[in-house]
Amino acid sequence: MARKVLILVGTKKGAFIVEGGEDRQSWQLRGPFCAAQPMSHVVGDPGTGTIYAGGGDPWFGPSVWKTSDLGESWSHSSEGLAYKEGEEPIKTVWSLHHANGKLYAGVEPAGLFVSEDGGQNWQHIKGLRDHPTRPQWQPGGGGLNLHSIVAHPTDDRKIWVGMSAVGVFYTEDGGESWEPRNSGTRQDYAPEGQRYPEFGQCVHCLVMAPGTPDRLYQQNHCGMYKSEDGGKSWESIEAGLPSTFGFPASPHPRDRDTLYLIPLNGDSVGRYMPDGSAAVWRTRDAGKNWEGMRKGLPQEEVFFGVLRQAMTTDTLEPAGVYFGSNTGELYASADEGESWKCVAEHLPPISSVETLVVDA
Amino acid sequence: MQQKTDAETRVEAPRVVVNLPCAPLDPFPEADEELEIEASTVDEMINALNARWPGMRDRLCDSTPRIRKHLNIFVEGRRSTLATALPDGGKVYILTAMSGG
Repeated sequence: MARKVLILVGTKKGAFIVEGGEDRQSWQLRGPFCAAQPMSHVVGDPGTGTIYAGGGDPWFGPSVWKTSDLGESWSHSSEGLAYKEGEEPIKTVWSLHHANGKLYAGVEPAGLFVSEDGGQNWQHIKGLRDHPTRPQWQPGGGGLNLHSIVAHPTDDRKIWVGMSAVGVFYTEDGGESWEPRNSGTRQDYAPEGQRYPEFGQCVHCLVMAPGTPDRLYQQNHCGMYKSEDGGKSWESIEAGLPSTFGFPASPHPRDRDTLYLIPLNGDSVGRYMPDGSAAVWRTRDAGKNWEGMRKGLPQEEVFFGVLRQAMTTDTLEPAGVYFGSNTGELYASADEGESWKCVAEHLPPISSVETLVVDA
Repeated sequence: MQQKTDAETRVEAPRVVVNLPCAPLDPFPEADEELEIEASTVDEMINALNARWPGMRDRLCDSTPRIRKHLNIFVEGRRSTLATALPDGGKVYILTAMSGG
């Protein structure tokens, strides 16, 4: 049966869906959805075809939207998506993750919620905010947010989260208790001798290699890393890349040794494409070697950046790769990053890019 | 002494006319811009709105709980809090601030 690809795009002013055929050659833009509210992350559940969008703003608070008909109609809920009375309220939903029949939401101020009824009702996974290190958590430039959620593919008790600027934390009891897992990742702005703390690193994006739950990759404010032991220890894989700074990381859908990154020129020099030339960097050997993929991407005077959830792959063969810029341009590759084209432009700043492959 | 029945002792809540602004209604396309609500306080009024349109409370209040900072609720022309009592026949305006982004 023919299939189609839906590129799910979260932006500063609503969610969009860019729909294309299995050949990924022509695309149609739909949206904006979700009342044009800021949508930090839009994800799809391939099992049911349901799409979820999480976001919110300082005016009207956080919410999670849902469509079961590929965007024709939407509902929304924030029931239970709240901290206790008297605590600092939730500002927005930063991340969503669907796994093991559950929907997880990461929020700002950093915390984790779960819904077992498709986003209608939410429960706070309190153990994370009860961690003894909580009083020392400091926000990153974008706030104290929980932006990465990685659930074990088969054991729903095991979850990793990435928080700015707190680091990676892990639970193996469904969220009752957590431990930091940051050994080997740097905090370059700490004094000499204190640059490898137990927590406080600014992880930007945390992903899992396909079929290998113990292998994680991380794009950090200070470097790129790989772990082969579920995050207990990390090794640098930044040699060969144009910088140590960037936001998104995206694993290949099937090859655990292939990873895509988009390094930016630096944290205090604009956060643009290095040398004003756009490239997605790919490794085929788990970070030993890197190649810059540029064909079809603009190569001069490029001053956009790509945010932490704004790159992804699809599940087709060969794998498609997609990223969206903070200037509203969406790029797609149908050949594992070998070549690119712009498939949508003039969008609001793009926060997230994910895909959903469904029957046509 | 004859005991009064529950119906005789029950005090009816005030009825107010509530005027809702456009922006918070965007996620609730079926909501009315102006409607009558029976409620004794602003807090009860918001609960009544939420009963009609689930999720409305979270758009008007945060979990502190307090009225969201970019909103003001005026009861008979006076800025209110959640605890403000509502006068029978009164007019309530929920206004959004001129803050953008």
